[in-house]
Amino acid sequence: MPTFTREEIMHLGNLARIALTEGEIDRMRGELNVIADSINMVQEVATEDVQPTANPVPLEAYLRPDVAAKPLTQEQALSGAPVKEHGMFVAPQILGEE
Amino acid sequence: MSEPIVKLTAAQMGDMVRNKEVSSRELVDAHLDVIEAAEPSVQAFLKVAAKEAREQADAYDALRDEEKAELPALAGVPIAIKDMIVTKGIETTAASRILEGWVPPYDATVIERLKAAHMPLLGKTNLDEFAQGSSTEHSAYHNTNNPWDLERVPGGSGGGSAAAVAAFEAPLALGTDTGGSIRQPGALTGTVGVKPTYGGVSRYGAIAMASSLDQIGPVSRTVLDSALLQEIIGGNDRRDSTSIPEPPRPMVAAAREGMKRDLKGLKVGLIKQLQGEGFQPGVQARFDEAVKLLEAMGAEVVEVSCPHLEYALGAYYIIMPSEVSSNLARYDGMRYGLRVMPPVDVPQTAANMMSYTREAGFGDEVKRRIILGTYALSAGYYDAWYGSAQKVRTLIIEDFNNAFKQADVLVSPTSPTTAFKFGEKTEDPMAMYLNDVATIPANLAGVPAMSIPAGLSDDGLPVGFQFIAPQQRDEVMYKPAAALEAALEEAWNGPIWQSLKTPWLDGMNK
Repeated sequence: MPTFTREEIMHLGNLARIALTEGEIDRMRGELNVIADSINMVQEVATEDVQPTANPVPLEAYLRPDVAAKPLTQEQALSGAPVKEHGMFVAPQILGEE
Repeated sequence: MSEPIVKLTAAQMGDMVRNKEVSSRELVDAHLDVIEAAEPSVQAFLKVAAKEAREQADAYDALRDEEKAELPALAGVPIAIKDMIVTKGIETTAASRILEGWVPPYDATVIERLKAAHMPLLGKTNLDEFAQGSSTEHSAYHNTNNPWDLERVPGGSGGGSAAAVAAFEAPLALGTDTGGSIRQPGALTGTVGVKPTYGGVSRYGAIAMASSLDQIGPVSRTVLDSALLQEIIGGNDRRDSTSIPEPPRPMVAAAREGMKRDLKGLKVGLIKQLQGEGFQPGVQARFDEAVKLLEAMGAEVVEVSCPHLEYALGAYYIIMPSEVSSNLARYDGMRYGLRVMPPVDVPQTAANMMSYTREAGFGDEVKRRIILGTYALSAGYYDAWYGSAQKVRTLIIEDFNNAFKQADVLVSPTSPTTAFKFGEKTEDPMAMYLNDVATIPANLAGVPAMSIPAGLSDDGLPVGFQFIAPQQRDEVMYKPAAALEAALEEAWNGPIWQSLKTPWLDGMNK
């Protein structure tokens, strides 16, 4: 049975790109372990012969008419950008220091 | 007129507009007046779009009669929108700090359809952040108070839409329902809330929470009003790849048929696992009485068993956070929304910017679910958790298929309890999650379900009655729902809202 340790939650926070605070990690640890206990029971009935469901209303794939539609303008696409320059999004540096 | 116009049903308002007894502008102004009077105590709205609503009403009123004749029955009737649905030019936040100030450059498909029907948008209603919660207490902005008791929650996540409709601030609203976010607030506020069949209403422009579960649906005070609204917003949309390529079902006709209160030949299945233990006695009592009324109208009532429902909550709390963690990855501080740079002693990289942005922009419940979902999808645990939950989903669908061999429509109480007090469950996530034990199964199985008021419990607070129908047969639940509503209103000698005290309407001049 999985249990959440401090290290694991820090690792998950890193994977999820959330700079969790120490207090959050402690609080979350207790809560997640309670939640995990209650959801582990799904394994009782999930036997090999049961097929998984991804979409509850499966549809046959179908083609739509190939009609050109107008996308957002560059100005609209940039309208919510936190930082923009010359019609482009500005991102912070991607790589850290050597 | 003795009653104020805002207490009419949406269908009645639509009739009056069509017969020119009132203009759309007058309807909009009447509701804006109520909003102004009610908001200090109810706080259902995050944003009131008074100017836009008046412009839309004026545009309708200026149409020629031939043009008006082409429009749906609700043309000219205003509506409130859960702030989980994007509206071009009107700030849309999902009640999160991470989207504070975001003005979408496009409309959701449902919004386009409302605009085509000339239904003015009154504004955006409050919710739990990114629709994650069952009390609207997880909104990053403020609480919404239940109009039946201002010290209690209106349910969630769509507490704002439900409270606005209950308080007569709007005759109609849109919600989104991932695990009960339309139906449970409906139950707690004495209103009607519908989750259509998955794929029955386009999700394009609904901010994604858990894509295999999310569905947009109507919030109203009567069953017929929801049917009228669902026929307007429903039907195929090529911009949503899970949209069913069929027109809306004949729900208005089914609701009108139901109002005749003849249910002979209808088999109603009582879900054994969704009653009794865990349900408040006052909730169970109103439910049992309503079942007797269905029987009195000629319905045959049988008990059905869905043995895998006890695993539904567990499966939901794997699948939903997994999809949340994936969907909310888009809030990265790059293209829209909040950007927070790291403190000076931390390298100013894009990755660190994302981490500090998401730390500052998301609330506790959202973070909890992202972490849980990241875990469920991570290598080594995928099969044990996500894979198992998807199998439970299959078992629940099979349970429903078997139940629908024995009954045309299934019923249960919507929520185990009536409205609870603020703070009562915020410290205990599991207690909060249990609110949705009766509503989650319909999302997992993709079947349509709705909640209608079943009366007041012994604490004087509303109780919800849930109908569940087979996939793509939404009309099947509208008929008995309209019949039960009519029978209950006869027993009460009027609609449930006659028992609601509305001090904010006192002294208004209509």
